[in-house]
Amino acid sequence: MSEQQNNAELLKITDLKTHFFTHKGVVPAVDGVTLEIPKRQIVGVVGESGCGKSVTAMSILQLISRPGRIVSGSIRLDGKELVGAGIDEIRELRGNKISVIFQEPMTSLNPVYTVGRQVSEAITTHQQVSKQEAKQRVIDIFKAVGIPEAEKRFKAYPHQLSGGLRQRVMIGMAMVCRPQLLIADEPTTALDVTIEAQILHLMKQLESDFGTSIMLITHNLGVVAEVCDYVYVMYAGKIMEQANIFDLFDHTGHPYTKGLLQSIPKPMAEKQRLYNIKGMVPNLLRLPKGCRFCPRCEFAMQECHEHEPELYDAGNQHLVRCFLYKNGGEPA
Amino acid sequence: MAKYIIKRVLISIPVLIGVVFVIFFMLNVVPGDPVTLMMGEHIKPDLIEAFRERMGLDDPFIVQFFNYLKNALQGDFGMSYKLKREVSDLIFQAFPQTVKLTLSAAMVAWLIGIPSGIIAAVKQNTLIDRGFMTFSLMGVSMPVFWAGLLMQYVFAYKLGWLPVTGYKTWQSFIMPSIVLGWSSAGTIARLTRSNLLEIMKNDFIRTARAKGLRETTVVVGHALKNAMLPVVTMMAIQVSSLLGGAVMTESIFGIPGLGRVAVSAIGDRDMPLLQGTIIFTTMLIIAGNLIADLMYSVLDPRIRCE
Ligand SMILES: Nc1ncnc2c1ncn2[C@@H]1O[C@H](COP(=O)(O)OP(=O)(O)OP(=O)(O)O)[C@@H](O)[C@H]1O
Ligand SMILES: [Mg+2]
Repeated sequence: MSEQQNNAELLKITDLKTHFFTHKGVVPAVDGVTLEIPKRQIVGVVGESGCGKSVTAMSILQLISRPGRIVSGSIRLDGKELVGAGIDEIRELRGNKISVIFQEPMTSLNPVYTVGRQVSEAITTHQQVSKQEAKQRVIDIFKAVGIPEAEKRFKAYPHQLSGGLRQRVMIGMAMVCRPQLLIADEPTTALDVTIEAQILHLMKQLESDFGTSIMLITHNLGVVAEVCDYVYVMYAGKIMEQANIFDLFDHTGHPYTKGLLQSIPKPMAEKQRLYNIKGMVPNLLRLPKGCRFCPRCEFAMQECHEHEPELYDAGNQHLVRCFLYKNGGEPA
Repeated sequence: MAKYIIKRVLISIPVLIGVVFVIFFMLNVVPGDPVTLMMGEHIKPDLIEAFRERMGLDDPFIVQFFNYLKNALQGDFGMSYKLKREVSDLIFQAFPQTVKLTLSAAMVAWLIGIPSGIIAAVKQNTLIDRGFMTFSLMGVSMPVFWAGLLMQYVFAYKLGWLPVTGYKTWQSFIMPSIVLGWSSAGTIARLTRSNLLEIMKNDFIRTARAKGLRETTVVVGHALKNAMLPVVTMMAIQVSSLLGGAVMTESIFGIPGLGRVAVSAIGDRDMPLLQGTIIFTTMLIIAGNLIADLMYSVLDPRIRCE
């Protein structure tokens, strides 16, 4: 790598391992992930279902619950180490400097409290403000995320809102303290295409207005193309490829990424289908010996079955975990 | 909300009438002539006949039922055969004791059951958890009379801290309410624990944590209210088991409540008195259920908004 941007780096994850200790064995859901999120950038994390995107994201705020645990690695926010930090220190960040939009809008809100109260709580937990001011700020953020009749909706209970509105409430909750880092775990999956576009626009605006960095987790490479600056491609707990958005689409390196790109749904198609690269995601309890992707890879060589490839540098901050790139640059 | 309350109250009226019908049917149609039972075998037949007529016992069953219902609605449950007093008077004398006993037992059950359930859940699978759960299992499985006698022996007879029996001072209610409430406390503690553990797996708990809330706030502020919903239902069911247990407790501790009245009415074959106490107890149970239902709707907006 040529460019050093240490001062512009907001979050740096190094060799993170988060494993689940189940009675069937150890599930290495995140198995040595290194990832950087620079200031004022939108970084995408893509990959098939179950490849460890959410676990990576939840590890940042230590929201992994038993039987999961961060086994090793480092997570630094503005240079400050979070792995091993006290719970009070982490709590101070949660919802304040780093906030999360969860994948499941239907169940992520508490059914017995009004949404207004739940969003206000995010403010009052971290800031000394009057109830009235908190309420005003919630109504403002509701308006900003496009919730119609924001004053009325403040008093609504989650079951009275549609999935789209609930997700907007979640987005509002995540944005209301103007975090430095917003982790958005498939924020638009539950929404229709028009609302999806509005939400993405909103997130981009947040980035430009407040300098919020965004980690955007998604299945949808179309969404990635639209908003991301840089992209990580995950497979079975590991980063397989990372590149800026142009290289990812124009100089796609890894056969896995190529497969993902081929299975992008047509823009006109109503419903998005899941990827259909041939074969199945491997069972994390019984990973193949060499490259994790090689059982499904049409370019697999002898070497791939025996050794695990590293991330090879293809230049211009473009790394590919594939023996085809062992000698850098163009595929061998 | 007001509509919901009115609806709930209206629904309980046919329930109450149905219950009165069943009780009346069981006590009047079952074989055995109440008059003979009451007066004994050696009374002149014409005397019995005169009495039957005065009491309207020769009318068809359904007429008797409606007469009874009509009178009961006006607060007239008839005369006690044995004590020769208005049944309603006897009930109103006894029921404050029973209410005092059941309410204080319910207090014991909630004040002990809910906090121990929470602590056991938070300290899941630790020694504290096991200790609390063993204690609550003891409460659930120990018969009231056994616990009652044990406590009387230890605290009244051996230590002399509390009166053995009686009902005139608040101290005399301490042992009865603990004895009666303990088993409910155990049930509530176990239910609170298991619900809380279940609720803690929900996505909204993760949301609460992701906001930066303290774990105590997450548990008490976000999980508990959800976890209490089934517990409130449970409390409603327990109103009846508490009233049932009160019969035994009152006998052990010499409290002249409804239970004692009912027990002696059975002994004396005093039909109107027995009928009256059962119906009145049923009314208490229905009222308890109603209150629990209303509490549920206060806690759960999904019900309230329907
Ligand atoms: N509580 C758990 N116990 C055991 N394994 C778990 C647990 N939670 C997650 N995992 C494992 O971690 C792996 C990664 O899960 P993760 O939720 O991060 O996938 P994802 O990439 O976010 O998928 P999706 O796109 O479906 O959200 C899964 O394969 C799963 O087997
Ligand atoms: Mg996920």
